[in-house]
Amino acid sequence: MAAGAVVLLIVAFLIRESVPALSTIGIGRFLHDPSWHPAGEASAGTFNLVPMLVGTLYLSLGALLLAVPAGVASAVFCQFYAPGRVAAVYRRSMELLAGVPSVVYGFWGLVTLVPLIRRLEPPGQSLLAGILILALMVLPTVALTAVAALAAVPRSYLQGAAALGLGRWATARRVALPAALPGILSGALLAAARAVGETMAVLMVCGNLVQVPSSLFDPVRALTANIALEMGYATAQHRSALFVSGLVLIVVIALLMALVERWGERADA
Amino acid sequence: MPEVRRGPDRLAALALWGIALGVMGTLGWILVDLLRFGLGGVSWSFLTEAPRDAGRAGGIGPILVSTVWILAVSLVVAVPLGVGCAAYLAEWAPTGAPLGRAVRRSLDLLAAVPSIVFGLFGMVFFSQILGLGFSILAGGLTLACMVLPILIRATEAGFRSAPQELRRGAAALGLSRGAALRHLLLPAAVPGLVVGLVLGIGRALAETAALIFTSGYVTRMPSSLLDSGRALSVHIYDLAMNVPGGEGNAYATALVLIVLLMAINGTASWAAEAWLGKGWTR
Amino acid sequence: MSRNRQVLWPFFSGVLLTTLLAACGPPGGGNSEGDALAGKVVLTGSSTIAPLMTEIAQRFEARHPRARIDVQTGGSSRGIADAGSGLADIGMSSRGLTTEEAAGLEAHTLAFDGVAFVVHGSNPVESLTDEQLLALYTGQVEDWSALGGKAGPITVVHRAAGRSEVELVAAYFGIEPEAIQADLISGENQHAIKTVAGDPNAIVYVSLGAAQRAAAEGQPVKLLPLRGIAATVEAVAATVGETYPLARPLLLLTAKGTALSPLAQAFLDFARSAENDDLIEALAYVPPPR
Repeated sequence: MAAGAVVLLIVAFLIRESVPALSTIGIGRFLHDPSWHPAGEASAGTFNLVPMLVGTLYLSLGALLLAVPAGVASAVFCQFYAPGRVAAVYRRSMELLAGVPSVVYGFWGLVTLVPLIRRLEPPGQSLLAGILILALMVLPTVALTAVAALAAVPRSYLQGAAALGLGRWATARRVALPAALPGILSGALLAAARAVGETMAVLMVCGNLVQVPSSLFDPVRALTANIALEMGYATAQHRSALFVSGLVLIVVIALLMALVERWGERADA
Repeated sequence: MPEVRRGPDRLAALALWGIALGVMGTLGWILVDLLRFGLGGVSWSFLTEAPRDAGRAGGIGPILVSTVWILAVSLVVAVPLGVGCAAYLAEWAPTGAPLGRAVRRSLDLLAAVPSIVFGLFGMVFFSQILGLGFSILAGGLTLACMVLPILIRATEAGFRSAPQELRRGAAALGLSRGAALRHLLLPAAVPGLVVGLVLGIGRALAETAALIFTSGYVTRMPSSLLDSGRALSVHIYDLAMNVPGGEGNAYATALVLIVLLMAINGTASWAAEAWLGKGWTR
Repeated sequence: MSRNRQVLWPFFSGVLLTTLLAACGPPGGGNSEGDALAGKVVLTGSSTIAPLMTEIAQRFEARHPRARIDVQTGGSSRGIADAGSGLADIGMSSRGLTTEEAAGLEAHTLAFDGVAFVVHGSNPVESLTDEQLLALYTGQVEDWSALGGKAGPITVVHRAAGRSEVELVAAYFGIEPEAIQADLISGENQHAIKTVAGDPNAIVYVSLGAAQRAAAEGQPVKLLPLRGIAATVEAVAATVGETYPLARPLLLLTAKGTALSPLAQAFLDFARSAENDDLIEALAYVPPPR
């Protein structure tokens, strides 16, 4: 309905803004050019998006690998293990974390986390920093939705488990979690979406070098950070190329989501 | 709750407490840093005065007001739309139906759009095409688009968690679908809605890039929804990134934002329970 | 449930109260004394210039209570585009105009901003020659020991493509921007400064004013002299004797051929007058020679 309309509008907008670059530069160059060095004229610049796409994917995947288990564990903790007050405090802290602006996360990451990583391996601003900050940012989403999902598990299930003599961890793992799975996946999907779309924080801690990272300590540039970094100073052609990168991001996300859905359906059936 | 037994049970308990402490520890670290650098700057005059000297002196009074208005606009638009869409998805569009699938897919896509793209889109669509210019209204509407997927997903989960007995009971009593929705299912879905609200408000208050291009940069006290007004997150960004010497106040503003967030979350949960939670299941 | 309500009512009313108070707000205008200058002026563009223009605008509004000057950001390209298309009355740009852009716009210089090379405060290196800097930035020198500093890999920090600092530095060295070999790329000024402040082996080029201010506030950064001239705001301002070689103009742009409204023209004239030199200097930029 309205939501669908908005998405269509956004995609249309992206397409409209991308057309100048797509027509003069051609989609192939976005995949095969030697590097990303946009310049005023199409002939002069190079426009390869692949390293940044890879950067975005690594960042998001890494963040999810950390945040989803930690978030679900936090939720299980909150629902089954923490005494009432502790659980309430924990939940409130999660809600708090969810509202901290990305610029504050980025700033904190830049000032506190990056120097720590630099001690392990310079330069400090890196894929690792990005993954850690992103994981922090999406953790509350996973945790809060998982808590709600676990809270919605019918009491009868838990009572049945108790009747069968299951211990607490067994109850959580084999009864509550599977029952809450749809809600948890929902939260994970939201978290993934947030991670992919995050701009400010990754811009500040990832180093912004356009390259495919070969180690966790290499600087990377996310597609979103690229748009933010260059949009303010871009001339018309460059600007259009940036919109192409936005479009590419959306297309890739759509493909990934279709894949996840397909896999989910197969798992259900 | 079943007791914690030996062996794997103990191990699991240990691991979970460990993870929880780790997460709390990191959060605490951030909060302590914020307090350390920001608490000194917060005072009553900070909360009420207008900014001076590019934000390094004075306060954030007009900015607070703009932020509350922007949030209000986005919630007034997003909540009815979101709850309605969630109800539709949960009750009328079982997972198989093509329309339901299409709406869900587009929502997921919407949630993944980068905030800066939202900002540029909002600028072109709300500010230029709809003629709202740099305004609180444009900012609120753009934020509503961003918050909608979160709200819908969480509320839909809430609706789905309502036990089938409610629906069967309603049918047995001859209730219309709408009445069943209003009096039975909605109250049952309220916890999900509250999660959606909390996450959505958090996202909205934390959003920077989208607001820079829509509700703008002006620090004057807004007198109407069509005025441009700087949001707290934009102010923090400006102080931290553009103004030399602005960090102290950036931290202080961040602290105020967090307190505001807690207040609004509390209010929103209370309001959701009070207005929508009244039904026959409570 | 009821306990929650007791706790939450104060919050609820507090939020409502703030909003209502704001709605009642200060009456717009006060006594205008027949002030002819009324209406709205919109500026968009560079986020570097925006804080300064916000201050100047506030000063102007204090004198002309019926005027409203709205300053928005969006980047230099936005300022250039909006000034040309009429979406803004005045555009702000911290980068120079391309020939295409300059065709339709008039540029008025608001202030100057130097560009300085900055290293960490603990770096023993006191100055670098142009050749050394060039070698460093093109990747020919990779360790500080080759430049007289403590041994350690140099973290070369570069800036985002399209920024005026990049063009300026590349032109200064006589190379193309693509020839610069970077280890990290920073966005806004404060990002660059924080990057250097956190890494003893880093070097970056950044707004001189911002760096000088950061050093004055105790951040561990050091500005390197260029060609023997100390990197200070005074050196950029010096018109007699040795002027610091790297500086960029901060521009206010208006559309050629379209007259500004009387309010906008008055504001433009006011912004460029010597009255605002104190505001310019407070943000560590350099007033233009008058």
